[in-house]
Amino acid sequence: MPVLSPELREEAERIKARYPAGRERSAVLPLLYLVQSVQGWVTREGLQEVGELLALTTAEVEAVASFYTMLRLRPTGTHLVSVCTNLSCALRGANEVFETAHEACDVAHGDERSPDGLFTVHEEECLGACDAAPVVQVDFANHDLVSPDRMRELAEELRAGRVPEPSRGAAPRDFRHASSILAGVEWAG
Amino acid sequence: MTTGVTKVVTATWDDPDVLGLDGYMSRGGYKGLRAALGMTPAEVIDVVKASGLRGRGGAGFPTGVKWSFVPQTTGKPTYVVANFDESEPGTFNNREIVEREPHRFLEGVAIAAYAVQSHTAFVYCRGEFLWPGQILDAAIREAYAKGVFGGSVLGSRYELDVVLHRGAGAYICGEETALLSSLEGYRGQPRLRPPFPAVEGLYACPTVINNVETLANVPSIMTNGAEWFAKIGPEKSPGTKLFSVSGKVERAGNYEVPMGTPLRTLLDEHAGGVLAGSRLKAWTPGGSSTPMLTDEHVDVALDFESVAAAGSLLGTGAIIVMDESDCIVEATRRLVQFYAHESCGKCTPCREGTWWVSRVLARIEHGYGRPEDLPLLDELGRNILFKAFCALADGAVSPIQSSLRYFRDEYEAHIAERRCPFSGKGPGRVVEGEPSLSEALT
Repeated sequence: MPVLSPELREEAERIKARYPAGRERSAVLPLLYLVQSVQGWVTREGLQEVGELLALTTAEVEAVASFYTMLRLRPTGTHLVSVCTNLSCALRGANEVFETAHEACDVAHGDERSPDGLFTVHEEECLGACDAAPVVQVDFANHDLVSPDRMRELAEELRAGRVPEPSRGAAPRDFRHASSILAGVEWAG
Repeated sequence: MTTGVTKVVTATWDDPDVLGLDGYMSRGGYKGLRAALGMTPAEVIDVVKASGLRGRGGAGFPTGVKWSFVPQTTGKPTYVVANFDESEPGTFNNREIVEREPHRFLEGVAIAAYAVQSHTAFVYCRGEFLWPGQILDAAIREAYAKGVFGGSVLGSRYELDVVLHRGAGAYICGEETALLSSLEGYRGQPRLRPPFPAVEGLYACPTVINNVETLANVPSIMTNGAEWFAKIGPEKSPGTKLFSVSGKVERAGNYEVPMGTPLRTLLDEHAGGVLAGSRLKAWTPGGSSTPMLTDEHVDVALDFESVAAAGSLLGTGAIIVMDESDCIVEATRRLVQFYAHESCGKCTPCREGTWWVSRVLARIEHGYGRPEDLPLLDELGRNILFKAFCALADGAVSPIQSSLRYFRDEYEAHIAERRCPFSGKGPGRVVEGEPSLSEALT
């Protein structure tokens, strides 16, 4: 069973066409986002299909994918909770928020994913929103000035099946939806 | 400062309608591009050169000079790549420029592309900037729909395609040659220079790479003239700077002031002073990669030359403020952890050195430090600085060396007291042998 449906294969060709003829390898990141948007992480089959689309070996694709933190090569929660703990956020209480995120999302230290598969908690480097420290992203949507209490509320809302309102912009439904936006192909799946 | 102009990049931010193309045009938007299209590309480069605009991404290289390095005789296409991989800790001005007024930046992209006779421009947008990327995506579509980009730019015979490319989480891709590797579909590892990107950049073709804030300055220069711009701020660093102020301040945010404005003004008149009336202890002038300064430096003019003379770098103009309650050892440890995480792994001094330094700093912070750790940190710093391929490693050394220079007594107190004097963490007594990782980190 291929990862990409015939419709998404057509999208994949459109992604390749963003780049100059003969330079289609540039499409490797958006294509990896596209397979991630189908499976919720980048599986071996996903790597293979991206390789086929670009005439690269699976190893070449994996070498690229393993370099970038936003391409997840391990099973990942429905929602990715990223807590910035870099200096500007740390100065405003981020370490406590990071601790709370583990507890509220039921993710043990050392584990990345909750037993129910709902959450992955990730320690994030600077998210470029230090005026709103501490900053948390839920599926890459920003939440500003997050206190430990607010972190618990975010987890509760997600658990109840609601998408919390981000501080700016529109929130993706989940990590897969965020990945499709990053691929530049918003699809309903 | 010789003129009253203090706002360039944020001049129309009071108007929320500048988010869209029509609103931007109603405030004079795309007049700069129109002016450029009425000149030859070489004339456009001359205007930007004469303005004295210098790159805002950290290095401060003159923008017009950079553009003039692009050869037009290679028979290859020429590319413009806008670096929107904003990831330097403490830096968030590019993001706000794009979130509030994406067309000011895109107009700068188009002018740069025309100046170097490029017909394809890429915007490399940091992956984590999901929403800013969506804003840019919509703005680019709108610019195509309204004839600003595409086959006939503003009705002229000039063609330009603008492509949004999203990164995937790697600080190193802000380094221009690593960015090119990433855009070409490879791991984001830096490349040897020369050849410089101007000659052999994207796809081995002549390429100009500029930061978002740099490009956002260009439209006003084309509209108001080089002389208008050159008169703002100090002679050698003309223009304004959009400073990102964060950490222990009352009102964190981006503040645009003329280059050369001292921290005292920025802090007291814009950011509302140090948080809760506390005392300033340390600050970075240009993000985590620039050596930290202290309360003795509050009157240093924030421009490229003056900050360098004070022993640091203007960098991205990202000011992270720490107050008297903040532990410098812990702050340094956290910053070095960042470099250890973000090292691309290509060079041993960076890959191994940052990891070892972060271990030693963790040991000291948690009360297990030894007196010989301080000379060890000095030595590790010396063996990383200028020993690696790109500036990431040098950036890692900035907090190490500057904190040891100004706050050595804090390190010594940690080691003497066997705990962190600020958090109280640590055994508070001599412990024989190397602590286990779990011991050292509790």
